[in-house]
Amino acid sequence: MNTIILKTASKYLLPLLLLFSIFVLLRGHYLPGGGFVGGLIAAIAFVLHAFANGLPHTQRLMRIHPGFLMPFGLAISAVSGMFPMLLNQPFMTGVWKKDPVPVIGSLGSALFFDIGVYLVVIGASLTILFTISETR
Amino acid sequence: MEILLAITIGLLYAAGIFLILRRSMVRLIIGLILLGNGANLLIFLLGRISKGKPPIIPEDSKVFLDAYADPIPQALILTAIVISFGLQAYAIILVKRAYRVVKTDDIEEMITTDEI
Amino acid sequence: MDSAVEKLPILFLCILLYIIVLAIPSVRKNGLRSKLSPLIPIGAFLFFLLGFDGNKQTAVLWSHDLLPTQLSFTIDGLGRLFALLITGIGSLIFIYANGYMKGAKYTQRLQSFLLLFMLAMLGVVLSDDLIMLFIFWELTSVSSFFLIGFKNEDEASRKSALQAISITGLGGLVMLGGFIILGEIAGTYAISEMHNPETIATITSHAWFTPMLIFILLGAFTKSAQFPFHFWLPGAMKAPTPVSAYLHSATMVKAGVYLLARFSPILGDTPVWTIALISFGGVTMIYAAFQALFRTDMKSILAYTTVSALGIMVFLLGMQSSDAIAAVSLFILVHALYKAAFFMLAGTIDHETGTRDISKLSGLKTAMMPLFVIGILAAWSNGGVPPSVGFLGKDLIYESTLAYPGLNYLLTGVSVGTNIMLFAAGLLVGWMPFRGKKISHKNLQLPAPSLWVPAAVLAVLGMLFGLFPSLINDSLINPVANSISGQPEDIHLKLWHGLNTVLYLSLLTMGLGFLTYLVIRPGAGMLGFIESAERFGPRRILHGISHGFIGLSDWITKILQNGKLRIYLLVILGFLVLILGYVVLAETTFTIDIDMLTNITIYEVIIVGILFISVFLTLFSGSRLAAVAAMGVVGYTLCIIFVFYSAPDLAMTQFTIDTLTVILFVLVLYRLPRFIRLDFSPRHILDGLVAIAVGALMTIISLEVLQRMPEREISDYYALNAYVLAKGKNVVNVILVDFRGADTMIEIVVLSIAAIGVYSLLKLRLRKNEKME
Repeated sequence: MNTIILKTASKYLLPLLLLFSIFVLLRGHYLPGGGFVGGLIAAIAFVLHAFANGLPHTQRLMRIHPGFLMPFGLAISAVSGMFPMLLNQPFMTGVWKKDPVPVIGSLGSALFFDIGVYLVVIGASLTILFTISETR
Repeated sequence: MEILLAITIGLLYAAGIFLILRRSMVRLIIGLILLGNGANLLIFLLGRISKGKPPIIPEDSKVFLDAYADPIPQALILTAIVISFGLQAYAIILVKRAYRVVKTDDIEEMITTDEI
Repeated sequence: MDSAVEKLPILFLCILLYIIVLAIPSVRKNGLRSKLSPLIPIGAFLFFLLGFDGNKQTAVLWSHDLLPTQLSFTIDGLGRLFALLITGIGSLIFIYANGYMKGAKYTQRLQSFLLLFMLAMLGVVLSDDLIMLFIFWELTSVSSFFLIGFKNEDEASRKSALQAISITGLGGLVMLGGFIILGEIAGTYAISEMHNPETIATITSHAWFTPMLIFILLGAFTKSAQFPFHFWLPGAMKAPTPVSAYLHSATMVKAGVYLLARFSPILGDTPVWTIALISFGGVTMIYAAFQALFRTDMKSILAYTTVSALGIMVFLLGMQSSDAIAAVSLFILVHALYKAAFFMLAGTIDHETGTRDISKLSGLKTAMMPLFVIGILAAWSNGGVPPSVGFLGKDLIYESTLAYPGLNYLLTGVSVGTNIMLFAAGLLVGWMPFRGKKISHKNLQLPAPSLWVPAAVLAVLGMLFGLFPSLINDSLINPVANSISGQPEDIHLKLWHGLNTVLYLSLLTMGLGFLTYLVIRPGAGMLGFIESAERFGPRRILHGISHGFIGLSDWITKILQNGKLRIYLLVILGFLVLILGYVVLAETTFTIDIDMLTNITIYEVIIVGILFISVFLTLFSGSRLAAVAAMGVVGYTLCIIFVFYSAPDLAMTQFTIDTLTVILFVLVLYRLPRFIRLDFSPRHILDGLVAIAVGALMTIISLEVLQRMPEREISDYYALNAYVLAKGKNVVNVILVDFRGADTMIEIVVLSIAAIGVYSLLKLRLRKNEKME
């Protein structure tokens, strides 16, 4: 699979796909998309890059092991779920900033929760796939 | 169309079960995946299907103005798809590891836990 | 005096406290705690001797309106005699055990169990409430289990203990059934309240009387080792001798006799009672006496004579006449005295010489004179030779059998036969090891006093009570007879009755008994013969049942738990098809309302067609790669179906996941073996049939559900509030991250766990034996 075309394409595809995945993540509250799909698209982006350039290259690019994204994402989700409790509301109550933010729309705890999901999905699927390709 | 989908569900179930009854572990996992697909489709169908009415509230409204597809089965299936990925990955790796240890993927030869 | 019975709980608590004190492990063998242990039964003995006079006392200590049962004690002549035997012989046993177990391990543990057993026995004989009696009854079974299996390193010991607890415990459970029926018929669970004539009439005329009686008798017969349940008792001889002496002379096995005596005034005056007790007791006494005659092990002889003596007691209780009641009242005491002495004697000889085989022992008289005297005295009482107390007992037995209407010749014959054999068996134990000039064991010395004084006390008492019957006549025996008959009895024990039939029978017994003793030569030959008789009967049935159970479960396990995934799945699925299929076929209307359905377009048909083809490719492709690819196509077609039917989120997710799954397979696949190619076989047909059945079932179910109106209450709530409450317009996403956010939280945790699982499965270092690739 180490063709020049794929190599070259993946160089541009990776940032594009990542951007797309974030787009899908952010618009999820209003249109089809969300943390799960976004995370999976990002994972596919990295896998594609790994196919074209070899796993070590991708891993160097990522700097950290994808596994660390899982606790990080879980923490974000958990904190966003617990945040309403500070305001004397039950766990997981949606809390919203009054004025909508441009591009994203309403900013609220649910969005951060979705970001957490996004990170966990990337972390989990990449951990699985990378581990498998590493161990031959 | 529902009749066709119902038959599809039956086919997916039947194929999945036939495969998990086979001796090869790879077939077992493919069977599990087909079963999962069948179950997803079953839930989807039982929530009633409709064309062109996604459960998304129109841009300029706060509630649905028209009929809409049932969102609950969709949420359920979405969760199930993601989870089943985790399950499949784990199952595949288990097969790989087991094959490495016992040198067979024949389920009927893996009848005891003691001989490893 | 009336408050003495209310002090019983204090006594019980004291015993319990000392049980705990003994149960705390000690570093030293034979420490102070075990040396002081005889003080507890001695104290209890004095309490029962001085605190009560044989008149009936009952005390209800605790009761509750909602419970039919209550905590109540009663003590009368019968209970007092038993309490005195339990604590009195218990005192001697504890002294004896201190000597016997000197230097042995776990003496304290043994004493702790013995005390627990004593407590349970006291509970049995003093409880007034049926349920309480049952609880203490089972406690005796449990504590005797620990005592019989005390040498727990020995397999035979464990087996005997298990046998004993199975028989007595099972009997106890059956007895509980009887007790509950009895309690419900009588309207009370207090035994003391059942004695009035109206209640007795209600009980004995009730339709359930016979099964109830049989249940209670089964409890008593198993505990008191009546034929054919007797075999646990000789097996229980594996216990240390102090235990055997205690359990089999005065306590455990007498519990059944106690129970019969206790219920005799209530249930006794019925044909079932009489027939059952006389026949079972009669068979037991003569069969066990015969078995005793040919044994060589002293404890074995004693075990069978004990069974025989228990048979005599049951037999006497069945006759219900005044003489029989007097006889059994006396015989309970007589037997306890001489049998405990015999057991201690056997234990001491075993302790000193290392063997209990009478064919290997001789000439012990020179070294152990006091033991010889004990043996002679006990055999004297056992044989019923005047002027021992045993003579009084046997006189009464013959008097009662002779007076029994109709069957007097048969019953007397059986009694005389039994007594002849018991006479000889007594001599085998009490005399045979001591006689002769040849000394079988050298360097024997008189053992420590604690090993023979307790036995001597009992043997001397047996003689003393015979010489002076007035010592026990009014204070002990008469109150017991009153309790057993339920009305005042008038007993006059005396040695000399004049020249009558009874005396001739006694003389005959002694003569023939001595002759038998001279003729009998216990040895291996006869032993084999009589043991073969024991091998048949209930013991064999019991073994057969338990082995059958083991075999059955083995067979079932092999069938069901065969380790073959396919069989497990086939069973589960087959069951599902049968049950679900039946319900579906019975309920389904099989009508489809076409108007409710969406119309079909050509694109959809093509997509479903591709799906069908891919499924068949997955099923029958011989190549792994083709199968995986086809499986991927199945996923993509589903994705398109989701697109068609208003589920964009699903379509996106399905697409990405399907891609990743295929990548995953491709990454792993070439490390895995090729498909096993198997020729088409009948199992394919079976599997196919099951698969098609399940598939058809799912199709029918989904079509059937489609005919009913959907419930959309929850969906509508979510749809209405998605923007109002959660400021989102994609309802599916709002459900995931807001309404059901906690579920999603858990889901990503699960996903993380799966990833960690994969990581650890692959990255963990392989063990040595796995590295041999």
